[in-house]
Amino acid sequence: MSVTNRPFILFCGLGLMIALVFFKLGTAFSLRMLAEATCYAILALGLTIQWGYAGLFNAGIMGFVAIGGFMSVLLTYPLNEKFWQSDSPSALGTVGLYIFAAIILVYGASQLHRIGVPRKLKNLITAIVFGISYLVVITALNPVAANIEATAGFIGGFGLPVWVGWAAGGAVAGIIAYFVGHICLGLRSDYLAIATLGIAEIIKAVLKNADWLTHGTLTVSPLPWPVPTPNDIGFIAARASYLAVTSIMIVIIYVALTRAYNAPWGRMMRAIRDNEISSASMGKNVNKRRLEIFILGSVLMGIGGATLISFSRIFDPSGFLPLNHTFLVWVMMILGGAGNNLGAIFGALFVYIIWTMSEPVTLFLFESFATWGKDIFGWEIPTDLAARALQMRVFIIGLTITLVLRYAPSGVLPEKIAKHD
Amino acid sequence: MNEFIFFINKVVISGSVIGSIYAMGAIGVTLVFAILRFAHFAHGDLMTLGAFFSYILVVLFPEAGSFIGLPTGFVMLPIAMALTAIVAILLDRSFYRPLRQNNVKPVVMVMASIGVTLMIQGLIRVFAGPSSRNFFFAERKDIFRIELPFELASRKIVVTEPQLLLFVFITVAVISLHLFLTRSRLGKAMRAMSDNPDLSRVSGINTTMVVWTTWIIAGSLAAAAGTLLSLDVTLKPDLSFNILLPIFAAAIVGGVGHPYGAIAGGFVVGFAETLSVFNWAIFLRPFRDSLPDWIDLPNKLAFVPTEYKITVPFVILVVILIWRPTGIFKGQVL
Amino acid sequence: MAAGIKVTDLCKSFGGVRAVDDCTLEVAEGSITGLIGPNGAGKTTLFNMVAGTYAPCEGEILFDNEDITGIASDKLFHKGLLRTFQIAHEFSNMTALENLMVVPGNQAGENLLTTWFKPSMVRDQEADIRAKANEVIKFLNLSHVKNELAGNLSGGQKKLLELGRTMMVDAKTVLLDEVAAGVNRTLLNDLSDNILRLNREVGYTFFVIEHDMDLIAKLCDPVIVMAQGSVMTQGNITDIRANKQVIEAYFGGAA
Repeated sequence: MSVTNRPFILFCGLGLMIALVFFKLGTAFSLRMLAEATCYAILALGLTIQWGYAGLFNAGIMGFVAIGGFMSVLLTYPLNEKFWQSDSPSALGTVGLYIFAAIILVYGASQLHRIGVPRKLKNLITAIVFGISYLVVITALNPVAANIEATAGFIGGFGLPVWVGWAAGGAVAGIIAYFVGHICLGLRSDYLAIATLGIAEIIKAVLKNADWLTHGTLTVSPLPWPVPTPNDIGFIAARASYLAVTSIMIVIIYVALTRAYNAPWGRMMRAIRDNEISSASMGKNVNKRRLEIFILGSVLMGIGGATLISFSRIFDPSGFLPLNHTFLVWVMMILGGAGNNLGAIFGALFVYIIWTMSEPVTLFLFESFATWGKDIFGWEIPTDLAARALQMRVFIIGLTITLVLRYAPSGVLPEKIAKHD
Repeated sequence: MNEFIFFINKVVISGSVIGSIYAMGAIGVTLVFAILRFAHFAHGDLMTLGAFFSYILVVLFPEAGSFIGLPTGFVMLPIAMALTAIVAILLDRSFYRPLRQNNVKPVVMVMASIGVTLMIQGLIRVFAGPSSRNFFFAERKDIFRIELPFELASRKIVVTEPQLLLFVFITVAVISLHLFLTRSRLGKAMRAMSDNPDLSRVSGINTTMVVWTTWIIAGSLAAAAGTLLSLDVTLKPDLSFNILLPIFAAAIVGGVGHPYGAIAGGFVVGFAETLSVFNWAIFLRPFRDSLPDWIDLPNKLAFVPTEYKITVPFVILVVILIWRPTGIFKGQVL
Repeated sequence: MAAGIKVTDLCKSFGGVRAVDDCTLEVAEGSITGLIGPNGAGKTTLFNMVAGTYAPCEGEILFDNEDITGIASDKLFHKGLLRTFQIAHEFSNMTALENLMVVPGNQAGENLLTTWFKPSMVRDQEADIRAKANEVIKFLNLSHVKNELAGNLSGGQKKLLELGRTMMVDAKTVLLDEVAAGVNRTLLNDLSDNILRLNREVGYTFFVIEHDMDLIAKLCDPVIVMAQGSVMTQGNITDIRANKQVIEAYFGGAA
């Protein structure tokens, strides 16, 4: 009885919270918070299918978010005339050919065993070919990259519609997920966590340092929106429209996921999750299904990342932090309830509101405490108090994770058990 | 000749230093993997915590070092190690053991360890701030410059005192660990538990004692690694995150569950890092004059630019996972 | 139709232990062949190899005259070779009916794109599968528990459900691994009756590991005896029961 009413009650409570924020902090701010929260909801949905349906531990959400954001920038940012008018595009094209040739060579070397070359020798040759082609490509790329940075700053974008960029973000995230999953999914889930953690860091490092590609720490802005921007129609109308777009996206994703879950596909996933050995002996290709879910979840994360970055209107690779983009999503998902799509949405909205509000609240608390300490004990207020206050949020997030895992591991909206006729 | 010395400084010495640090971290990680069967993501933060304990002690007793003739950080190390070991045991009792008793999947333990990581990170930065600190604010860091007797050698081999202490420490640590695991009853109990936990429990091995010992070893080595690394460079609060990946790569490369493998893995990863960012073009320089004009020697010929150093442990990890997931010493995989 | 298994010179070692040692046997099409032997004789290891869970170190396995040595269990499933487990491997968090419905392979609804873009096709196929599952439930007299979570069923009911799973895919040959384990007498009669029915009415071949001699006597002919990793003898149950060697193998010498 109470379980079926629970989503209703929880969302009503959420509505009250949102109303409170609107009242206290104004419409423009609240709309921004809600729009960002819905982007996080897309991320949480991606994570809940990876963890909830397939038990996969993705510790590198940040990477998929970043790549989604980057693809969106690359495809939707206006053309950089200086780049296209110089000889850099053709130079870059040449490097592209080198890369293509290198891929063919390495692939050819890896297939040498078909003409009878012993495995160990083949591996050695492949490694050497890879090493040499890598060096050649890098030495060819460096002057071109330097030239681009000197003349045009960076390659700019392709000026395509925003939704193309978002779709591309999802697609590229899916491709990366394919490769990562292919290598790691057959192994222990800890390994997947480590691998995804690593890949997220690498993606961030590349995006941060390849100035010719992403403008690096100089950042790219302003990023285009699928709806009129605040410059055109003012903060409230623009943000409300963006919120409408992301909300519609969430509804579509939710419907698609729920339909999949109630279909034989969902049943098969639950069987695999329930008993892997039995499922395998019954002909279900467990690894392929896990990969399928991993890719699907990553695609959602790419799209969510793209919407999030586009909304912020600025692409800053240094702004990608594991805390904000990986672990925050984890908290949203496990608090909301793993494997429950509604739970993921609830968790995302709820946690994001708390997270946003925690910034002014902790600052206020720390400053009051510091002033009180100074007045009564003569303490010296450290100069980086604001930075330290924000770190308290890190502690709270960590504590939330451990507490939820210990006392409420299925979250506030646990997965429903389907009943058939 | 100078190039060779440059190579020794930049690759051999640096590689050994960072390799030893990774090795010490990896031993702890691999032991926790073997006995408690989960990947302890909070290990990097144990290292930072240990380093901070040492730092606080140095701040409280800045003269202790000069009294003995060694850097104060090093003198305070044993105390920091003990403190970190105690924290590790407390963490286990508060966060990990309840989950173990609920028979959760190993992945949930990893998540919990991430929660613990965030807590430690947050607390450290709240109390100490996000800036980096230098251990040598009250004393000088001794740097030894060794001159080689060769004719063309105008450069000197550079080794700092903390680095020498690191080498001494890790040698002592490895020997002690080896003796402990092979000679003592508790060590043998640990090896038994790593092999077969249920059988060990039934055979009357005190599993709680083994668990405590695991955390003591892991915690103290982590503290040592963190402190010695910070003595070599500076103490940065985000030390933890950057070092997590290489340590895990080292543990997996060496074979999960094998402490000696972890040591080997640590050095593999350490040397791989230094070798891949090394500018090999240096070696071509002496030949520059003897080559024809039209061959243009690249100024910088490194496999990996220094900004991308973090990719090296990851690539090693990927290679090992594809080629030999059980690692060098054939450890546990599934 | 049913199909036969032929095993030649099969070997399997685990470390220093040679579990299966040069084993050669044959399961005739359409038969219910028993496999008995003392503990440690290698029966389950043999099953695991035939079923695709382990790959043999040496030797060959033919199924319906096709070489299936080393092929994994999920592929064997599609060829019609299924196995059940000593401890029932049901999906405890799904209902009995769902346990059956999840079995057929290559369901259109298991493909994401089809689910989203061709829902009517999925619906039709689902209806077919549900109808068949209900049929199987009726055959096995489990209608009263069909919406019960499989984890809550009794041991015998779980075994019946496993048998039902083999019926969902029109198996050719089923490897039954100690199907009587943990099942009470009444349900055991039910189980054996169903096995006989499936053999006679639907044409299944069964290869049965069992310790319960009464069940073997009721169901199996011929009976193969394994000891120390290879086949000791085979014949019908009366001969086997009287065979001195077999008695020695089981009781270790004391007659």
